[in-house]
Amino acid sequence: MTDTAAFSQDSDTVRFTGSLVLARIGDLPERLRDSTEKVAHVDLSGVDRIDTVGAWVVHRFAAQHQADIIGLDADGEHLLEQVAKADQPVAMRPAPVGSFQRVVGELGDAVVQSGQTLYGLLGFFGATLIAFWNVATHPQRFRFNAIVQRFEVVGVTALGIIGLMSFLIGIVIAQQGSVQLQQFGFEVFTINLVGRLTLRELGVLMTAIMVAGRSGSAFAAQLGTMKLTEEIDAMRTIGVSPMEALVLPRVIASVVMMPLLGMYASIIAIVGGGLLCWISLDIPPVTFVQRIREVVPVTDLYVGLIKAPFFGLIIAMAGCFQGMLVEGDAEQVGTRTTAAVVQAIFLVIVLDAFFAVFFTSIGWV
Amino acid sequence: METGNAKGKENDDVIVVRDLVNGFGEQLVHDGVNLSVRRGEIIGVVGGSGTGKSVLMRSIIGLQTPKSGSIEVFGESTLNRETTELADLTKRWGVLFQGGALFSTLTVAENVQVPLREFYPGLDPALLDEIAAYKVVMTGLPADAGPKYPSELSGGMRKRAGLARALAMDPELLFLDEPTAGLDPIGAAAFDELTRSLQKTLGLTVFLITHDLDTLYAICDRIAVLADKKVIAVGTIDELLALDHPWIQEYFKGPRGRAAVATLERNEHADAAAEGQ
Repeated sequence: MTDTAAFSQDSDTVRFTGSLVLARIGDLPERLRDSTEKVAHVDLSGVDRIDTVGAWVVHRFAAQHQADIIGLDADGEHLLEQVAKADQPVAMRPAPVGSFQRVVGELGDAVVQSGQTLYGLLGFFGATLIAFWNVATHPQRFRFNAIVQRFEVVGVTALGIIGLMSFLIGIVIAQQGSVQLQQFGFEVFTINLVGRLTLRELGVLMTAIMVAGRSGSAFAAQLGTMKLTEEIDAMRTIGVSPMEALVLPRVIASVVMMPLLGMYASIIAIVGGGLLCWISLDIPPVTFVQRIREVVPVTDLYVGLIKAPFFGLIIAMAGCFQGMLVEGDAEQVGTRTTAAVVQAIFLVIVLDAFFAVFFTSIGWV
Repeated sequence: METGNAKGKENDDVIVVRDLVNGFGEQLVHDGVNLSVRRGEIIGVVGGSGTGKSVLMRSIIGLQTPKSGSIEVFGESTLNRETTELADLTKRWGVLFQGGALFSTLTVAENVQVPLREFYPGLDPALLDEIAAYKVVMTGLPADAGPKYPSELSGGMRKRAGLARALAMDPELLFLDEPTAGLDPIGAAAFDELTRSLQKTLGLTVFLITHDLDTLYAICDRIAVLADKKVIAVGTIDELLALDHPWIQEYFKGPRGRAAVATLERNEHADAAAEGQ
């Protein structure tokens, strides 16, 4: 028998029938709540089956009306006893907060958090410098293998994707530039555009964004996971400094690899631009290379190469810093990784703006 | 009147595993596992590390597809079924994973309510809260645990919260994967007590994976021993002790096995003394 749970009232006795189980309870709790008549006895002798949900509903109803419960067998008594024992006030959700208070609170939290992040990043930078100094004064602690391995992961394996990206960017700059310049009959200046823009700005900037997405995120996720599995704590107890063993190789790899990758990206972009000039503007490659040598000052190359290590530093610092901040649960690894990439790209662009002003003011235009 | 959701008669088999073969790549974990779990019993599954206790549990609940063999739970096969097809069965069992496996973005109370909301979307919200509340108390969590997130709980509390979620639907069958591992002895004993009392109250069948000899002695009706890629024996502790398989002898008669027996005997003496007064 699996009838839907039901109840009927007979003077001061409420009789339950059917199956008082979760699947059959239906709207019984609401109907019970609505009944306002006086009840002195609750009779359960007509109930086929009862589970903790049914027992809870009966218990609450009886407690509300201060009625006694009759018609239970031994198992049923035991069940009801257990449920009654569990009837204690329990907090279900956090205490509600007013909307104004919440908005102000969240704003304050965000400000405090930004301040703490900046402060923490500065501290982390200091710790990295100290680690670097320690390794420099004790060269036997220099982890050559770890650094070379990072070189490969950050630099060599990125060559394919960065090359393809730069090649396409070179083509796009040349194509868009030539369309605009053709209107004035100055399409030959497309060469200036491709050469100067890629070497000065886009080559390094796009590489930085790609490295932030590829390696910065990987740094954060790797260190974050190691933090969760207590690998970093284990390292500390053995006496290995995580700053020296994990952070420093990544920072050094990024700092060294960024100029190389940036240079490589600029050259590939120029090749892409040259190809488009050859195909759509009928400028032969020899002429293109000759023009590049005439119109692009060597300071443009310096501008790109000077910026690159700083970008690499920012990317590695943001990635490692966020990774080391992971605490608690796996979800944090995701949020920290996202934060690492966003911070790295944002800081790279901010720094790039400062560099632009700086190089202009020293006359490298 | 019957308590709990238990349907059917005594002594029928809730889980039947026949000739199960499991493996990862070339390596076989199970090679012809046979096991029947009777209704209303607590069956303990023991075996050395890497003998595939958890793999067996995952196969039974349909998370792991075996290479061959058959598995029936409540008379229905769990093999090669989509999650949605298994819904009618999953309603009738609760699973406690080793680490609790609580949803980290939800509070404890919300975690307990997930299965209820999923299967009974029309349930009265007030009742939903009350159900979560008494489950939280029943599993021995403190009253302020409801709004906390899993990352704010200790390992033992996470297990209790996981148990509360496993029990949310008043299941007939409960799978516990090393419920007392990582708990302090007092917490472990309390968890055993809790399992026993819930099993009695709700008429549960419990499939319990454990390394904990105290748990085996204290609450298990029968014990299945996994070794040599098979279930080599199923029976009460006394029956197992009569066998002369080296692993079983080593397991129950090693120093820890003897300590567990001593504890049990001490407790029985204490109980007898208490009753005598």
